[in-house]
Amino acid sequence: MTRGQWRKGVNAAMLSLTGLCTILVASVLFVILAYLAWNGGRSLNWDFFTKLPAPVGESGGGMVNAIVGSGKLLAVAVLIGVPTGFLGGVYLAEFGHGWFPYLVRYATDLLNGVPSIVMGIFAYAMVVHRMGHFSTVAGGVALGVMMIPIALRTTEEFLHGVPGSLREGAMALGASKSRTVFTVVVPAALDGIVSGMMLDLARVAGETAPLLFTALGNPFWSKGWLEPTASLPVMIYTYAISPYEDWHRQAWAAGFVLLSLVLAVNVAARLILSRATSHR
Amino acid sequence: MTSVTTPMFTPAPPTGESKPREHSEVKLRTEDLSFYYGSFKALHGVTLEILERRITALIGPSGCGKSTFLRALNRISESIRNSRIEGRITLDDADVLKMDVTALRRRVGMVFQRPNPFPKSIFDNVAYGVRVNGLADQRSLKEVVERSLHRAALWDEVKDKLHDSALALSGGQQQRLCIARALAIDPEVLLLDEPCSALDPIATAKIEDLLFNLKDQCTIVIVTHNMQQAARVADFTGFFLMGKLIEFDRTEIMFKKPSKKETEDYITGRFG
Repeated sequence: MTRGQWRKGVNAAMLSLTGLCTILVASVLFVILAYLAWNGGRSLNWDFFTKLPAPVGESGGGMVNAIVGSGKLLAVAVLIGVPTGFLGGVYLAEFGHGWFPYLVRYATDLLNGVPSIVMGIFAYAMVVHRMGHFSTVAGGVALGVMMIPIALRTTEEFLHGVPGSLREGAMALGASKSRTVFTVVVPAALDGIVSGMMLDLARVAGETAPLLFTALGNPFWSKGWLEPTASLPVMIYTYAISPYEDWHRQAWAAGFVLLSLVLAVNVAARLILSRATSHR
Repeated sequence: MTSVTTPMFTPAPPTGESKPREHSEVKLRTEDLSFYYGSFKALHGVTLEILERRITALIGPSGCGKSTFLRALNRISESIRNSRIEGRITLDDADVLKMDVTALRRRVGMVFQRPNPFPKSIFDNVAYGVRVNGLADQRSLKEVVERSLHRAALWDEVKDKLHDSALALSGGQQQRLCIARALAIDPEVLLLDEPCSALDPIATAKIEDLLFNLKDQCTIVIVTHNMQQAARVADFTGFFLMGKLIEFDRTEIMFKKPSKKETEDYITGRFG
């Protein structure tokens, strides 16, 4: 065999090996998606979006309270996670220097690695224990704290991506540092920051563990913000481990709905991001 | 603006100029100005006088300190950590280093090496400085924007798309937009840091014409790598080498009869 043939042979072997692994990875994802879509789609009906859960033994019913509950939990999470993460990121990228931002960055990365169940315990101790009962707010706090690290680091990264020449340009026109940051630098990075926040939200939307002992669950409507509430991930958990066939179907449907929502948010975020990078 | 001073290097009588030059006042003056990046001394005691309504060019090889000098004049260099200024800078005899930095930059505008339009509309770019400094109400803002774009010779090219993104303009147009943006707040001095180095010859020629037309209205200091450019546009030229001002004189003299050997070597292309 000549050297050239050998080289071509190795190249072909490596190419097929990498191709095989790619197909393997993609196929795992698609099998999960297809299985979920098949089982979930079959069980999905209009009642799912409009009715409360049916009592055990009765068939039918839906999860409208869990869908609304997830929405409320995420709203609280956004109120806590986005402003904190955003302003913290602005501080790190634009104002901080010395050992303090280093410390913050390190702490943030550690916080990002904290298991979600620990976040749940934290929210339990801080909110549930003090208030004396489970609530939407407690669940929202757990999810909101989980959002902070990524919100903060994406803000920081996208602000770092804004060329220094823009900062100089604004300051040379007599703008103060904070004016420069909020009227030129942040707007220049806004699309990226927004898409990062959306991905962050999509990530915590599927969290179950921290909700188990904060928002708890609720087969009925949850009034206001201080009562326990149902949420899609917890409903999936409860229904999937139940012995009832009808509940299993509903769990599949809930999984499918949750996945579709997360996917929609992801796609929207990517679109915003591609718009951001194309006009630069 | 009370003292009438002659520049340090007394200019020779004008030669080959069509209109006679009236006496001009010193606008900006530096005295023994040194600049440090950390422990590195980038400028060694530069003393220089810049005359009002004249174009002053600063030339020299890369790393000679000409940009550092320019960026000290509006204190934009302050944003670099661990940097330090020594000496004195005066603007109309007022101490620049003690002045409120916002007020200083309102009077001393700057255009950078690479066009740096904000990712906003053309209108909002030009209006930015006016808004930040609260110089005009909404109605007169339009007039200011139009006048500034006229002064930067860009109006005819953008008048129908004022609300389009500034990033859609060509490089040369973007640089003129940056000049319009700087002119919108009516600066007394305009600093230009190699404004044409990222542009093609046609765009460069437009900017040079523009500088010529602007010099009745403000004092211009331009850093350039391009000696022909200095020769074409500047009334006075300063030559920097290794952080020192080697020679400063009328442009004709600098290019025809420089008194220092280093200047002559650089201008004739023997190094740099």
